[in-house]
Amino acid sequence: MPRGLTDVGLVVLIPALFAVAPFAYDNQLLLFNTMVFLTMAQGINIIYGFTGYLPFGYVGLFGAGAYGASLAVLFLHIPAPVAVLLGGVTALVLSLILSPLLRLSGAYFAIATLAASEVVYYVIANPALAGVTKGPYGINLSVAYSPEASYLTMAAITGFATAVVVYLKRSHLGLSLKAVRDDSLSAEMAGINVGRQRMLALLWSAFFAGLTGATFAWQISVFYPDSVFDPSISIFAIVFCLFGGAGTVLGPILGVVILYGVYNVIGITEPQYFQLLYGVLIMALVLFLPEGVVSLLKRRGMHVL
Amino acid sequence: MLEFSLLAGILFGLFFGLVGLGLNLIFGVVRVVNLAHGDFMMLGAFGAFWANKLLGWNPLVTVPIQGIAFVVAGVVLYYLLVPRLVVLRDFGMISLVLFFGLSQVIEALAVLAFGNDPRSIFLPVFGKEPVRFLGETFPAAWPVSALVSVVFMAAVYLYLYRTRVGATTRAVMASREEAAASGINVDLVSALAFGLGLLLASVAGMLSLFMLGSVAPDFGSGITVTAFAVAILGGLGDPVGTVLGGLLYGIALMMMQSYLPSWANVLPYVLLVATLLARPGGILGKEVRHA
Repeated sequence: MPRGLTDVGLVVLIPALFAVAPFAYDNQLLLFNTMVFLTMAQGINIIYGFTGYLPFGYVGLFGAGAYGASLAVLFLHIPAPVAVLLGGVTALVLSLILSPLLRLSGAYFAIATLAASEVVYYVIANPALAGVTKGPYGINLSVAYSPEASYLTMAAITGFATAVVVYLKRSHLGLSLKAVRDDSLSAEMAGINVGRQRMLALLWSAFFAGLTGATFAWQISVFYPDSVFDPSISIFAIVFCLFGGAGTVLGPILGVVILYGVYNVIGITEPQYFQLLYGVLIMALVLFLPEGVVSLLKRRGMHVL
Repeated sequence: MLEFSLLAGILFGLFFGLVGLGLNLIFGVVRVVNLAHGDFMMLGAFGAFWANKLLGWNPLVTVPIQGIAFVVAGVVLYYLLVPRLVVLRDFGMISLVLFFGLSQVIEALAVLAFGNDPRSIFLPVFGKEPVRFLGETFPAAWPVSALVSVVFMAAVYLYLYRTRVGATTRAVMASREEAAASGINVDLVSALAFGLGLLLASVAGMLSLFMLGSVAPDFGSGITVTAFAVAILGGLGDPVGTVLGGLLYGIALMMMQSYLPSWANVLPYVLLVATLLARPGGILGKEVRHA
């Protein structure tokens, strides 16, 4: 099959599958959350898989998107689909503010983003700002409540995120990003603008987190700062992406399907056992399979997109 | 109120210095960000709690006994995990993820073993009367905790600067390769530093029962960020600077709690981001930025 066809097939197939899935399976919230994590894992993939920078505080951008969109609906009475876009823009603005953090090397960047997301959380959840953000009392978006429209929007965003990763994988930009990741000094000497390329990856990654957060807020319609700044959202997205294999299109998809599946079987009733299991999984992965599940396929000589 | 905030800030600052010290020692020697630092603190706190509850031991008696256990655990963990990772290209990032996994495992096991309840020790085990000095009154546990912190900081200083193994440890901190080339057993020195780092975490965890009120199994992740903020403030990889970082942090925290209480929670995070952006090497530190 020509590779253009596989690419388009994958990008169209995923949202199409999700669009029809509610007719066959009635737990729509589970399907929705699967799309949320698919997009978040691809968002982590865009920045970590292609630049080596791992944002531990990725959820900060998700929460910023949720609040940006919600406040736009509540105060400016903007229609929800436009507000979703504004949520993405909110995350873009936040990531621009945080972009000086890209000057830091790996571990510093990871923890600095974690701290930055906590700052955003405490500012939004602060009772002193309740007039603007509703503080810890949460947001009620019932005016815009529309589970079907938000579900389909999420499906489209998931397809969009997949398309961007496919594009990165195929394009000159993706190749130069990987060069920067593997040896930034040599890449710089080969004429690649290291700072600009990293910035682009950060912005795409932030944009998807913002769109996803905004759509999530629209779907659940009543939420609190704790629920959209929950650190386990970052953790899940990172673990899913690493488990499947960062830097590939298929890896994060496999990671979400396998691990989010396991989570829904045992994670909700037995959260401690799930935490134990994924802690052990992360350690085993790093020690024995640092390239993720897709490396098992690659070892068998299969070509993985 | 200003005098009280300053004095309390110094007492808490010494404690926070100890909180950051173990993390920073491990980073300085092994170049690993121990994201499970807070979880080892939690284990130290639970050890002291159960020894007090079941055996009636004073937490100060528990410290040397469980300290040995933490050193042994640290040496074993080091040899199990680190040598096979050091050779990898992306060592910094991979070790971060690995220790994150470890913190999840410890937290999950702690919840399974102890339940989700926060634990605290009845405050008066460190003396019933509040302590007065310089015209201000403090709970007895505060100066006792500060004193314990100072003793352990001094011990680390003596270890690093007055013993032979300490001299080799500083050589490894300066350059792993050159230390190995001059015949130093880098793995042994690093393993000892790792064990010492966990011992410091366990002591800081025990003191957290008094300084921070109570400790629950999920206590780890938040305090790890605080420890990291303290270490960054003083300079990552510079154990002596950590004492200064702790003092700055403690005083800033107490000032915030007195004058801007609703914003006090944000402080460690703001300090962390601001220091990293303005002076990534810490207040005293050298440049650490990379391309």
